[in-house]
Amino acid sequence: MITFENVSKTYITQKALKDINIELPKGKIIGIIGENGSGKSTMLKLIAGLIRPTKGFVKVNDIQTNRRVSEIVTYLSELDAYYAMYTVKQTMDFFATQYKDFDLEKANQIMKFMKLEPSQKVKNLSKGNRGRLKIVLSLARDVPYIILDEPFSGLDPMVRESVVKGLLSYIDLEKQTVIITTHEIQEVEALLDMIVVIRNGQIIDTKSVEKLHEQEQMSVVEWLKNVYENAPA
Amino acid sequence: MEDFQATKPIYMQLAERINHKIVRRELHAGEKLKSVREMAVESGVNPNTVQRTYSELERMNIVETRRGQGTFVTEDEGKLEQLRDQLKTEHITRFIQQMGEMGFSKNEMVKGLQEYIVKEGQ
Repeated sequence: MITFENVSKTYITQKALKDINIELPKGKIIGIIGENGSGKSTMLKLIAGLIRPTKGFVKVNDIQTNRRVSEIVTYLSELDAYYAMYTVKQTMDFFATQYKDFDLEKANQIMKFMKLEPSQKVKNLSKGNRGRLKIVLSLARDVPYIILDEPFSGLDPMVRESVVKGLLSYIDLEKQTVIITTHEIQEVEALLDMIVVIRNGQIIDTKSVEKLHEQEQMSVVEWLKNVYENAPA
Repeated sequence: MEDFQATKPIYMQLAERINHKIVRRELHAGEKLKSVREMAVESGVNPNTVQRTYSELERMNIVETRRGQGTFVTEDEGKLEQLRDQLKTEHITRFIQQMGEMGFSKNEMVKGLQEYIVKEGQ
């Protein structure tokens, strides 16, 4: 389980998160939804231990996060900067040297599933293929928490479908928890267990997707519209 | 990937689709269902949702889970016949109710159905 306890994060002058309290349960696919600048990425970076909260605690499995949390959390922000000169295969090999739990054989399988070419240089990959490579690198680790930042953004529907199928093929919710941020809500509605809506650094609502269908007969898109209309801007 | 309505839980929609397959005999008594993961990937649905679908079907005694082997359609033909009857009753109930709401009499409904079936049969 991941918990945020009274978490605030301030960057020099800007408040990115304001006193957040939330529990993200294990074994679920959780979507964090919010506009650009809402605080989504800050939440992810806090979970991954890349930044520290200004106030409060972020805990993964009851342990306060720091850089070492990367042993149980996988999170990739931007590949381009570090691995541009590597080929797809070299990038995977490099990851295998960095993480004990990185399964190179599984990485190769997912790479084939995602139809990536091992000899291609990362810098020459399209945006969609870079996104797929990130999925390969994340899912090849045997790690309890998988965090994916905008895995569907800017992908055409066919590619998005292959990413969804890749995700479903290679995660194990009995042992793993997946947290994704997304804009493409409609297409991934059937994928998510739970939705967290964040705006201006505050969590304005959380919801179980099946409860939404069951109790309110509403799609996530409709629900979000209501949530946004009723929330203070 | 499959499409789902937002107004009904996805686990129920999946269960209905499986029930229809059983009634149409696309899935036979004793046949193994796809694994949770296969079903999730095929339909683009969260594995927890698929698991809930299987639990629901199990609760209805339509499928049974054998430890380490997977989930199977029941071999109890009586149960499957019951499912078939149940789906029939459900659909007829809905039809009668909606026709009734529009003001059609029972006689008109029966006559309409008979005429329709005769016409379709040609």
